[in-house]
Amino acid sequence: MMRPPRRPRDMTDSTAPMGGLASGEQGRPARRSRGPWATAFLKLWHDRAAMAALGVVLLVVLACMLAPVYAGRVAHTDPFRSNLDGQFERNGEMVPVMETSTEGLGLGFTPIGPTWDFQAFFLGADNQGRDVMARLLYGGRNSLWIAGVATVICLLFATLIGLAGGYFGGPTDWVLTRLLDVLWAFPVYLLAISLSIVLIAKGIDIGPISITADSLWLPILIIGIVYVPYVARPIRGQVLSLRQSEFVLAAIGLGVPGWRILIRDILPNVTTTLIVFVPLLMALNMLTESALSFLSIGVQPPDASWGTIIQDGQALLYTRPIVALAPGVAIVITVLALNILGDGVRDALDPRAKLRLRSA
Amino acid sequence: MLGTVVHRVSQMLFVMFGISVLVFLIFFATPGSDPAARIAGRNASQETLAAVRADFGLDRPLPVQYVLMMKRLFVTRDLTSFVNRGWKVVPAVIDVAPVTLSLVTGAAVLWVIGGVVIGLLAAATKGSWLDRGLMILGLIGVSMPVYWLGEVMNLLTQSRFHDSWVFSWVPPLGYKPLSEDPGGWFLTLVIPWITLAVLYMGLYGRVLRASLVEAGQEDYIRTARSKGLSETRILIYHAFRTSLITVVTLFGLDFGALVGGAALLTEVVFGLQGIGKLTYDALLNLDLPVIMATVIYASFFVVLANAVVDLLYAFLDPRVRAR
Repeated sequence: MMRPPRRPRDMTDSTAPMGGLASGEQGRPARRSRGPWATAFLKLWHDRAAMAALGVVLLVVLACMLAPVYAGRVAHTDPFRSNLDGQFERNGEMVPVMETSTEGLGLGFTPIGPTWDFQAFFLGADNQGRDVMARLLYGGRNSLWIAGVATVICLLFATLIGLAGGYFGGPTDWVLTRLLDVLWAFPVYLLAISLSIVLIAKGIDIGPISITADSLWLPILIIGIVYVPYVARPIRGQVLSLRQSEFVLAAIGLGVPGWRILIRDILPNVTTTLIVFVPLLMALNMLTESALSFLSIGVQPPDASWGTIIQDGQALLYTRPIVALAPGVAIVITVLALNILGDGVRDALDPRAKLRLRSA
Repeated sequence: MLGTVVHRVSQMLFVMFGISVLVFLIFFATPGSDPAARIAGRNASQETLAAVRADFGLDRPLPVQYVLMMKRLFVTRDLTSFVNRGWKVVPAVIDVAPVTLSLVTGAAVLWVIGGVVIGLLAAATKGSWLDRGLMILGLIGVSMPVYWLGEVMNLLTQSRFHDSWVFSWVPPLGYKPLSEDPGGWFLTLVIPWITLAVLYMGLYGRVLRASLVEAGQEDYIRTARSKGLSETRILIYHAFRTSLITVVTLFGLDFGALVGGAALLTEVVFGLQGIGKLTYDALLNLDLPVIMATVIYASFFVVLANAVVDLLYAFLDPRVRAR
């Protein structure tokens, strides 16, 4: 791939002389401005670490998308059905998936270890004789999906609360801020446990919305809600100061309706903040999802996520450690890549790096 | 200063009230199922259900139920478990608090020292390979699920290398009270401390480095430099002192959050019978009264810790007070 020649980073920085604007209008620009989005994008494009991280994230997503292909075409296995007396062919002979245990008291069975052969049990089998590699890919789909949708939900709520509170002020702001205070102080795992223990038995049934207990929407909603204050607070702060800026005061003076000011003038100004939060929140959500699934209040069996596979592997930790190690490595790689990408996006969009997300 | 205190304390009380209402609503007013059935646990008999209804006043209006529950949590402290018949819940929570405090305090010492060293080293050698290496290591620490790191630690110290000289000193999982067996207390907690500290060490190192680098562009640092002070002196006596404010704030919040439930995963993995493990066991047994007690007490602790941090902050930094 050809790389364009490197230019000094700060060519289109705000420190550039003001003259550029006037000459630009004459059609023969001395120095063409690319606009803020293109500048940020180019900056990100030249950030090798961030681009490599983006590549890793895309690879992980692609691999997980191909889970059905792997399970159906390559490994010929059903990762959601218990396979205790299954057999498979290795080096021309049939071997059982559950080997008779040689360790400990010699009682019971140990699932087969990694064969390092993509055809069957690349990473071995779990307690129920299911292919760990296939479960890992399917689990990744759930982990990524939950983290992604929870990110969208969190940003949506945070934007609504931040915009409404910051713009309208008064009683609206008071109520919303107190709500955020309460959510903020509530320990994340305890809130999730409280909600799960109440919902996991029967699910929710409120009017038209009906969520069953084993639905993925339960962890999605829980994770999406618990981090709202982390995003809503900085957004509200920004809106609060934008509210006092001259262009907003001018719009108010012209009689533009409030919702229109919010959408046309204020929302575009907080968009960069929201984008900076996307990869960081996604990383945080993946960790939270895996923790909840590990505590058995996230994804419910027989579905898999990286957290549930680690939990399955806990019983096999000393005999078949790969079952717990592999999904953990997958989490570390994905979350690390998202964090590096997040750093790059922040450097590109928010050079003063005011936004930080505390990792739980 | 007095105004700040009054303002912050009233805000704290309000948040506590909000949390207690939220918890109450989650447990008693979630549509869909009968709270008595949830509190009584799995397969409860009709008599137990009736006992729960009478005990929690479930046939009375919601505000009365709320007051009853708060009274039993804080005034009479006789909330009882129905899954473990007759078990007084509040004393149980207070009994296990030292375990969580031991775990979090030890880890905090480790991560503050580690984080400060990492942050100072990285900021002093900004742009070098050491800086980059430390920052990547820190980021890896932040990106690891803590319970998974705990399992890896268990795998290494309890199984794979337990018979070699490196980890032969590691005792089996569990907790030994400090007052009975100080040596055992220390040895059983070393690995959990390290596990819990790794995450925060990376986080604090990165935050401190960013704060030091930012401080490096301030006028007072330029003044110090033009006075001819050595770089080490500038870093430690000038930049680091201001950056400490950030670290202290973060520390208070994290310490509170860890005691109030975030250490749960570490406790579960290492079999430490603290507040988190108590909550987890109650979750597995569907023992709601225990969860109510831990959730309320732990989140109150977090709110209290946050308020103390804010007041300390106002005390340390006059600019905050002036507002």
